[in-house]
Amino acid sequence: MIHSLFLINHTGDIFLEKHWKSVIGRSVCDYFFEAREKAVEPENVPPVLQTPHHYLISIYRGKLFFLSVIQTEVPPLFVIEFLHRVADTIQDYFGECSEGVIKDNVVTVYELLEEMLDNGFPLATESNVLKEMIRPPTILRSVVNTLTGASNVGDTLPTGQLSNVPWRRVGVKYTNNEAYFDVIEEIDAILDKSGTTVFAEIQGVIEACVRLTGMPDLTLSFMNPRLLDDVSFHPCVRFKRWESERVLSFIPPDGNFTLMNYHVSSQNLVAIPVYVKQSISFFETGPCGRLDITIGPKQTMGKTVEGLMVTIHMPKAVLSANLTATQGTYTYDLATKVLVWDIGKLNPQKLPNLKGSLTTQAGTPKPEDNPSLNIDLKIQQLAISGLKVSRLDMYGEKYKPFKGVKYLTKAGKFQIYIYMFIFLENLMSYLLFEWLQCVLKHSI
Amino acid sequence: MTDSKYFTTTKKGEIFELKAELNSDKKEKKKEAVKKVIASMTVGKDVSALFPDVVNCMQTDNLELKKLVYLYLMNYAKSQPDMAIMAVNTFVKDCEDPNPLIRALAVRTMGCIRVDKITEYLCEPLRKCLKDEDPYVRKTAAVCVAKLHDINAQLVEDQGFLDTLKDLISDSNPMVVANAVAALSEIAESHPNSNLLDLNPQTINKLLTALNECTEWGQIFILDCLANYTPRDDRESQSICERVTPRLSHANSAVVLSAVKVLMKFMEMLPKDLDYYGTLLKKLAPPLVTLLSAEPELQYVALRNINLIVQRRPEILKHEMKVFFVKYNDPIYVKLEKLDIMIRLASQANIAQVLAELKEYATEVDVDFVRKAVRAIGRCAIKVEQSAERCVSTLLDLIQTKVNYVVQEAIVVIKDIFRKYPNKYESVIATLCENLDSLDEPEARAAMIWIVGEYAERIDNADELLESFLEGFHDESTQVQLQLLTAIVKLFLKKPTETQELVQQVLSLATQDSDNPDLRDRGYIYWRLLSTDPVAAKEVVLAEKPLISEETDLIEPTLLEELICHIGTLASVYHKPPSAFVEGSRGVQHKRLPGSAGSGESADSPDTGSAAGVSEAPPAVIPSQGDLLGDLLNLDLTPPTTSGPPPAPSSGMQMGAMDLLGGGLDSLMGDESEPPPVPQRTDTPQSPQLSHQSPSPPDYSPTELGGDLGGSPAMGAGFGAPPTAMPASFPPPVSGGLDDLFDLGGSVGMPMGAYSPPKSIWLPAMKAKGLEISGTFARRAGVIQMEMTLTNKAMSIMTDFAIQFNRNSFGLAPAGPLQVLTPVGPNQSIEVALPLSTVGPVMKMEPLTNLQVAVKNNIDVFYFSSQYPISMLFVEDGKMERQVFLATWKDIPNDNEAQFQIKDCHLNSDAASSKLQGSNVFTIAKRTVEGQDMLYQSMKLTNGIWVLAELRVQAGNPNYTVSLKCRAPEVSQCVFQSYEAMLKN
Repeated sequence: MIHSLFLINHTGDIFLEKHWKSVIGRSVCDYFFEAREKAVEPENVPPVLQTPHHYLISIYRGKLFFLSVIQTEVPPLFVIEFLHRVADTIQDYFGECSEGVIKDNVVTVYELLEEMLDNGFPLATESNVLKEMIRPPTILRSVVNTLTGASNVGDTLPTGQLSNVPWRRVGVKYTNNEAYFDVIEEIDAILDKSGTTVFAEIQGVIEACVRLTGMPDLTLSFMNPRLLDDVSFHPCVRFKRWESERVLSFIPPDGNFTLMNYHVSSQNLVAIPVYVKQSISFFETGPCGRLDITIGPKQTMGKTVEGLMVTIHMPKAVLSANLTATQGTYTYDLATKVLVWDIGKLNPQKLPNLKGSLTTQAGTPKPEDNPSLNIDLKIQQLAISGLKVSRLDMYGEKYKPFKGVKYLTKAGKFQIYIYMFIFLENLMSYLLFEWLQCVLKHSI
Repeated sequence: MTDSKYFTTTKKGEIFELKAELNSDKKEKKKEAVKKVIASMTVGKDVSALFPDVVNCMQTDNLELKKLVYLYLMNYAKSQPDMAIMAVNTFVKDCEDPNPLIRALAVRTMGCIRVDKITEYLCEPLRKCLKDEDPYVRKTAAVCVAKLHDINAQLVEDQGFLDTLKDLISDSNPMVVANAVAALSEIAESHPNSNLLDLNPQTINKLLTALNECTEWGQIFILDCLANYTPRDDRESQSICERVTPRLSHANSAVVLSAVKVLMKFMEMLPKDLDYYGTLLKKLAPPLVTLLSAEPELQYVALRNINLIVQRRPEILKHEMKVFFVKYNDPIYVKLEKLDIMIRLASQANIAQVLAELKEYATEVDVDFVRKAVRAIGRCAIKVEQSAERCVSTLLDLIQTKVNYVVQEAIVVIKDIFRKYPNKYESVIATLCENLDSLDEPEARAAMIWIVGEYAERIDNADELLESFLEGFHDESTQVQLQLLTAIVKLFLKKPTETQELVQQVLSLATQDSDNPDLRDRGYIYWRLLSTDPVAAKEVVLAEKPLISEETDLIEPTLLEELICHIGTLASVYHKPPSAFVEGSRGVQHKRLPGSAGSGESADSPDTGSAAGVSEAPPAVIPSQGDLLGDLLNLDLTPPTTSGPPPAPSSGMQMGAMDLLGGGLDSLMGDESEPPPVPQRTDTPQSPQLSHQSPSPPDYSPTELGGDLGGSPAMGAGFGAPPTAMPASFPPPVSGGLDDLFDLGGSVGMPMGAYSPPKSIWLPAMKAKGLEISGTFARRAGVIQMEMTLTNKAMSIMTDFAIQFNRNSFGLAPAGPLQVLTPVGPNQSIEVALPLSTVGPVMKMEPLTNLQVAVKNNIDVFYFSSQYPISMLFVEDGKMERQVFLATWKDIPNDNEAQFQIKDCHLNSDAASSKLQGSNVFTIAKRTVEGQDMLYQSMKLTNGIWVLAELRVQAGNPNYTVSLKCRAPEVSQCVFQSYEAMLKN
């Protein structure tokens, strides 16, 4: 099972270590640092490393490495899931998961780690249970504590840990009873140069915020549940009822939680909300190139596209960009060669356009790596898959709760392959370029 | 007010200050001080000096303070064992606390203190806690048993905690069950054969019930445990599958993957025509796809496992190609894995999409990824014939980009495409030749040279091209040098007139100026071949090459089966069996998939298979190639002729050489993508001899050539020194027992037949690319036979079997070639009996009856060793005259007498005598003294060594005593073992 945990920051300092069995020296991390060095980017460090006597399994979250050391055959997914759970818990307790926050609350974090694992076996990982045993810090409480000497540690038995509903504690009380559900969908898509969908799928999640008194039993039903290809549920959801009736029946945990993840795969038609007309060209001889990008709405179901942002990883040879945007602002980072165009709201009457010239290093060969274009966007009040909640019923309690459902669509990994032309001579090429622009406009 | 203040650098006297604060009267100050101590500890500062002061704070009602002190204790108790004893009383008291939280906390903490003295005190409280009324305490105590076992395994067994733990599997609370399973699994890992988790249908049922109700982590433990169970029949298998399937919808990916493991394993038992089988296959795809939308680290592990699943059951994901398309911001380790799976899923239906994607990847930034993408295009061409043309044109496009590493990678894969589709795409050679100058990696250069040599007749300036490489011959890597040598010889055979000079040049470069033995040997072989018989040379060098197979990188089927049983574990991430890397490999058992229902052939369950192997003195597969070199030299490739007299040295050598050239050369030359099957034989040891020869090409006859290459060192050794096992005074080995097969003056022919041990596995399929050999030895009608079962567990047909022995103590050698006339198809077995002669070369082995064997087939050469019972060697004329026996018994010094006990043998002396006679142990006289029967026996080994024995049998006593006398006392031990085997059989 999990033997030890090291938290390592961006610069490679170990700032927290926890051992659940005997102590393992920090030198074991040297193997990790070696791999870290080799990977160049922190994201590229392989998650499972083998050393002569141990295995190192790590995740990278919030610019921190969570590095666990194990000695025997343990399912790596188990370890990775657990590490993410540690990060989630820290996030849940302190609002963010960063080096600063962990250092500010080091003793609480240490107590948490102690409660989460016993001898390497997970003990209490449900945030409800943990919060009963170790209360999260609040400004008010820390003031009260300093005045009265009271402690952060609960002295009751975590009741939830033993009941049949370990995720919910008994005796919850609210004056305002409310249950809110957010249906959030992310579009993962790859479009090719002509705008055709190469691959598209929707990753959906239903986040819930439930503050209800007592032991409510909820049933959430959908207008069109058959849309969902694959689902994974919070343990509270009764799988049998989903199988037979396609409804979500559950006793909710208290507070915020993820009710369900789902997946609408490429087999179904996935609507693509925007189209992009783009071309980037370079001249074989001269040290310059041109860039022209226009974005327009495609299938938005009548809703407005917001938070539109285009990120282009430019070829390494591009030195600078001199562009004009009809809407929004752009930045070009010389070091990372990343062009970011922050557009904002998409106005279908006046399509945003970014156009201008690029400078390449004189004398170097033409760029050989293709740029790639990634899009970020948001559409409020729309689940792009068409999923709709039809009703929420509550049993087991007598009061009437406030209910609400919100929808949001976001771009996940939304990527478009780019045209890159290389022209032989300046004059000819300019004409050719204009001509191609025409062709492109008509082809989309 | 945050904790970050604890991170400030250590001030002078900080420890002193803390000490004062810890001893303060104010509760709040105390707690603050302990917090500071803990904070220092977490960042690795040494605060062990404060041990007594911190322990003093332990007796408190404040739960937080208690917890903090416990945290401290766990960290430092080991370094201060004597001080830690002070804490014991508080622990024991806390274990009786009315609050179950405190009871659990105390027993949990005590288990974490790895100090022997404290452990002793832990036993009583732990026993109570295991039976506590509160399930929270019980579940904590279950884990505590695992902790204790880690510290002191013996103690846990002595105290009977393991049984209590087993009882907890039937606990009413699912969490307790899950933790008990987890603890037992961990303990079982250090006791591979203890059978701690005794799984039967009842326990399985309990586990399945607990599975629905326990936490996600508990579910993982239970699923992993379930995966070790082998259901009795397909119905049980199906019912388990039905109850496990809902876990596929769990949010925790580790639960999902563990469930996939159980399903993949149990699915093997379901009949394929069952409706449920199809349903299950369909249910497996969506969760696997969903795993790919998780965090990249989870994706990586999932992808490594999907790679295995796709190889075992491609139908599950065949429609899901698109989810494996690489995203721009995937980490590189995810990209590479996805690419691998894309190729495995590529088929005619989706090849167009795959190629378009791969072409896109080939222009990315990351060099490793680009290279792999280019290589992938080549693999697609080889895998999907219809796409080959498109792949080649894609590769040509990529070559036009002139990006150095892309071009090189493309050339390497185009070479493979040529191998797969000869005479189809040669039109592209011109384009390839344009890029000759930009190649700087050995693999690409070698590939290009191979192409030029192979198609020399179509390239007008092939000689110029090759000549240009020749200039820097000595700076090239071996790979390129070898390739250049072969290419120029090919060119010469195709265009002899204009390239004579070139070939002379390369041959002299290779043979005279090079220190590399491989290169020099190959140079000599070509040289002599060319000068002896150009026609033969042409046949050999320009021989038609076998097409390369479609899937070159599939995991070997037996390994794949084992890995499928380990889905979700580290083994599945590394694609290696756990025994290959788990620390100390504490007897990790090989797991195998259960056989499907109805297919009777897999009736032998994995357990019995491995158990038999162990008890039977496991066949020692000769370990490393390095050690083998010496032995290999002594292996003569061809079996000696069947007749009695030993073959003349020259004939042996000749045949060895012929075989070498015939079998080895074609593969040695034409193709560098697969290693030649017999590379070792042309290796280093011969080269000193060769270099004595004059390098000019003289007229060697094939015989002489063979003598140089194959046999002479072996022969020299084989016929030189007399075998050390035999004293000089003994007569030379009798040449074959054919003349005097039966001792006519002896007893009744063969009453019971000679003893022959049951077959055991000599060569496991894992080590021999799918070939499994089990066998035994027998003596039938005076002929020693090696009886083998060859089983093909690979996917391709096996042919061309040949066998060879290393020199051994008694000169055993095959008396004829291995008679495997028909090819052995996949999953087919064949029985072979190989008659052995005892006239082969002799070398004393350790142990004496060890026999090292090499078996060759069309795939490779494999080595194993086995031990034969020495009774095989007892000849039929082993009956001594009484007088001679007496004289010899006296003559042999008493030092040579060895006495052994044979236990638990329930035969009377007559039965024993006739039983032994079946194996040519002859009773010469019998004497009865005081109810004790004394049998005097003699036997003769094939090499003429006599062994005399006195067997004492007392009526009613199952223990026999054997005294053996022999001039070569080394054999006594073996003879005794045979006695035991013969009598007990």
